[in-house]
Amino acid sequence: MATIEKDSVSGQSTTGHEWDGIKELNTPLPKWWVYVFWACVVWSIGYWVVYPSWPTLNGYTPGIGLGSVVPANWTARGQLDGDLVAQKAGRAAWLSKIEASSVDAIEKDKDLLRYAMAGGKIAFNENCAPCHGVGGVGAYGFPTLADDEWLWGGSLADIEQTIKFGVRNTNANSRQSEMPKFGADGILKDDQIAAVADYVVSVASKAPAKGSAGEAVYAENCAVCHGEDGSGNKEVGAPALNNQIWLYKGGKDGVVAQVTKPKHGSMPAWSERLDASTVKLLAVYVHNLGGGK
Amino acid sequence: MDTQTSAAAKKPKVDPTLATEGGSFYAETVMIHPRSVKGMFRTWKWWAMGVLLVWWHVAPFLRWDRGPGAPDQAILVDMAGRRGYFLFLEIWPQEVYYLTGLLFVAAITLFLMSSLFGRVWCGFLCWQTVYTDLFMLVERLVVGDRAKRMALDRAPWSIEKLTRKAIINLIWLVISAACGIGFTLYFGNAPTVLHDIFTGDESAATYGAIAVVGGCCFMLAGYAREQVCLYMCPYSRFQSAMLDEHSLIVTYEDWRGEPRQPARKGASFEGRGHCVDCRMCVVACPTGIDIRDGLQMGCIGCALCIDACNAVMDKNNLPRGLVTWDSIANTAARAAGAKPRYRLVRPRTIIYGAIVLVVGGLIAYSLASRRTTEVNVLHERAPLFVQLSDGSIRNGYVVKVLNMVRAERTFRLEVAGIDGATFTVVGGAANVASTDLVVAPDAVGTYNVFVTAPAGRLQAARTPLAFVLREAGEGQTTRAESLFAGPER
Repeated sequence: MATIEKDSVSGQSTTGHEWDGIKELNTPLPKWWVYVFWACVVWSIGYWVVYPSWPTLNGYTPGIGLGSVVPANWTARGQLDGDLVAQKAGRAAWLSKIEASSVDAIEKDKDLLRYAMAGGKIAFNENCAPCHGVGGVGAYGFPTLADDEWLWGGSLADIEQTIKFGVRNTNANSRQSEMPKFGADGILKDDQIAAVADYVVSVASKAPAKGSAGEAVYAENCAVCHGEDGSGNKEVGAPALNNQIWLYKGGKDGVVAQVTKPKHGSMPAWSERLDASTVKLLAVYVHNLGGGK
Repeated sequence: MDTQTSAAAKKPKVDPTLATEGGSFYAETVMIHPRSVKGMFRTWKWWAMGVLLVWWHVAPFLRWDRGPGAPDQAILVDMAGRRGYFLFLEIWPQEVYYLTGLLFVAAITLFLMSSLFGRVWCGFLCWQTVYTDLFMLVERLVVGDRAKRMALDRAPWSIEKLTRKAIINLIWLVISAACGIGFTLYFGNAPTVLHDIFTGDESAATYGAIAVVGGCCFMLAGYAREQVCLYMCPYSRFQSAMLDEHSLIVTYEDWRGEPRQPARKGASFEGRGHCVDCRMCVVACPTGIDIRDGLQMGCIGCALCIDACNAVMDKNNLPRGLVTWDSIANTAARAAGAKPRYRLVRPRTIIYGAIVLVVGGLIAYSLASRRTTEVNVLHERAPLFVQLSDGSIRNGYVVKVLNMVRAERTFRLEVAGIDGATFTVVGGAANVASTDLVVAPDAVGTYNVFVTAPAGRLQAARTPLAFVLREAGEGQTTRAESLFAGPER
């Protein structure tokens, strides 16, 4: 049992506890410190009462809440809902202005532009970035939105239209167009396709092979949509061919593949999924990614 | 150090605050009621308290003209506006290193002070000491000195005891509230905040701050007192690292005092020590220790025991200084009959002093050469670069121009490093080689900038690019280096 001894060096007494001959000096804690500890323990019990805590057989104790600070039956989801409502109220002043303004007016107003760039970035990253990449960097088959080539037009109005109704989808206003399957449907023979591919590659490097066999095939079959000089036609979404920007692969192989059996991308009509304000934010954001016309 | 060991051998040292009855693991806290003393150090303490409290409460009301639109409070921490104002200085959040530097200098100054003169900070300047002293003064005025206060504590509860205790606590509350309010005045326009506090128009945060600071003041200075120094404050624990045998500390000259024994009136002091064991030094001590046990953690260096002892020495026609500021080395020298040496200049004090001077000088230099413009350039990572249809390469940047002056300023932005590079500011000029940016007073101008390098102009995948900002008129130039990305070659 505990034998309290006096330590001759320090003059303090020991606690009386002994472990394998090791004894401990009794350096007593001030009582108030202990009281503070117990007060903290008592305080913590309050959490059981205020917040949901103890499991029961078919649920849990819901918590009585704490006045206006913590609602009764508090849940993390309920807190989030409340925060979202508060956030929406905080944004209301801006969103009502966005709602009432045209995209042109938004872009001309410095404050609205800043808001649209911030809000548009978040909406873009959530909805558009999976295909077009963060910052509109683009990917194979998904156009880069930061460069200056636009399939369907790069003006604010064009961009808003494309976001609203999308490309090649079931929406009545969707942008529609298809390139004929020149090879698969037997419109052009293999040697004709090879010739026109050679010509397109020469157009892309700004040195059209005048008088070549390909030029004739091009003028007959391609120029109606892609233009005499290969500058494309935004009315029908026909890409410009007279530069180094390719949606699919460039070079002869890529052109041959596309002419033989064209690939076509499609894009949802975002007006079916997002509200008009968000579409406006997106249009302004995309227009300002660097390539807007 | 020898003298200390011999003193320890005579009487085992026990920290009185740690003494326990009957082997309990928890010690009862006994309220300490020090007896008030008169003397030089007591006078200094009154002066220190007066100057510090007046400064604390008056400083927020001092004005400093910074021109229209800027706060005119000399010392102001503007949390909402993200600015710190100190006289002619206006610190932005990213310059918080000035505060770090200041705290560093303060810490090393504390070390220097301690290594020279012991815990003078604790004894004279610390807010815990100042407010505890003030609260004790209140007790003395309402109840009386040590004996009366102890008697009142022992007395059973009565109307009189209740009244006196209530008056004391009420005055403490007023002082504490003033302390808390004084704190909040540094964070807003002092006269307005003070007015709004009393009309109930201040924010919950202000009242919360008053409650926390005032509540701490009330509890710590009113009831916790020396317990703060003994159990909460880390400084008393590491003071021994700052002290050495040449530090001047509050010391009992035991070579002169021992053997102690009570003195009869008119008796000779031949063959005995000068200490008459009157315990005046013990009852005067605000932490309740016996300085005659030598240097110990409980001593906060307030020197009230020196005043107490000097009065007793005067009465007995003995020389003053039985308890005095002295070093451990000097005490040993005096005991051996050697000449005491005061060594204020020691490696330790030289190093502390040098650090204070160097860091203080660095702060002063950096403040003197502080720039009023800063440019931060963030290179857009997605897309890293874009190839345009004409073959040129474009990179996106976010350019932030920090205008740290309270006037609208116009800067001419140019890019350097790539021949023929042009840039476009979103919402501003397009495809230009230079443009003017107007930045609002005391604000950050944020611009999305697209820089385009003509086709074939890039030699490598990464080319250094600098954004150069030249202020209109005077021509202060600020550069921010960045990179221009292009395709791999």
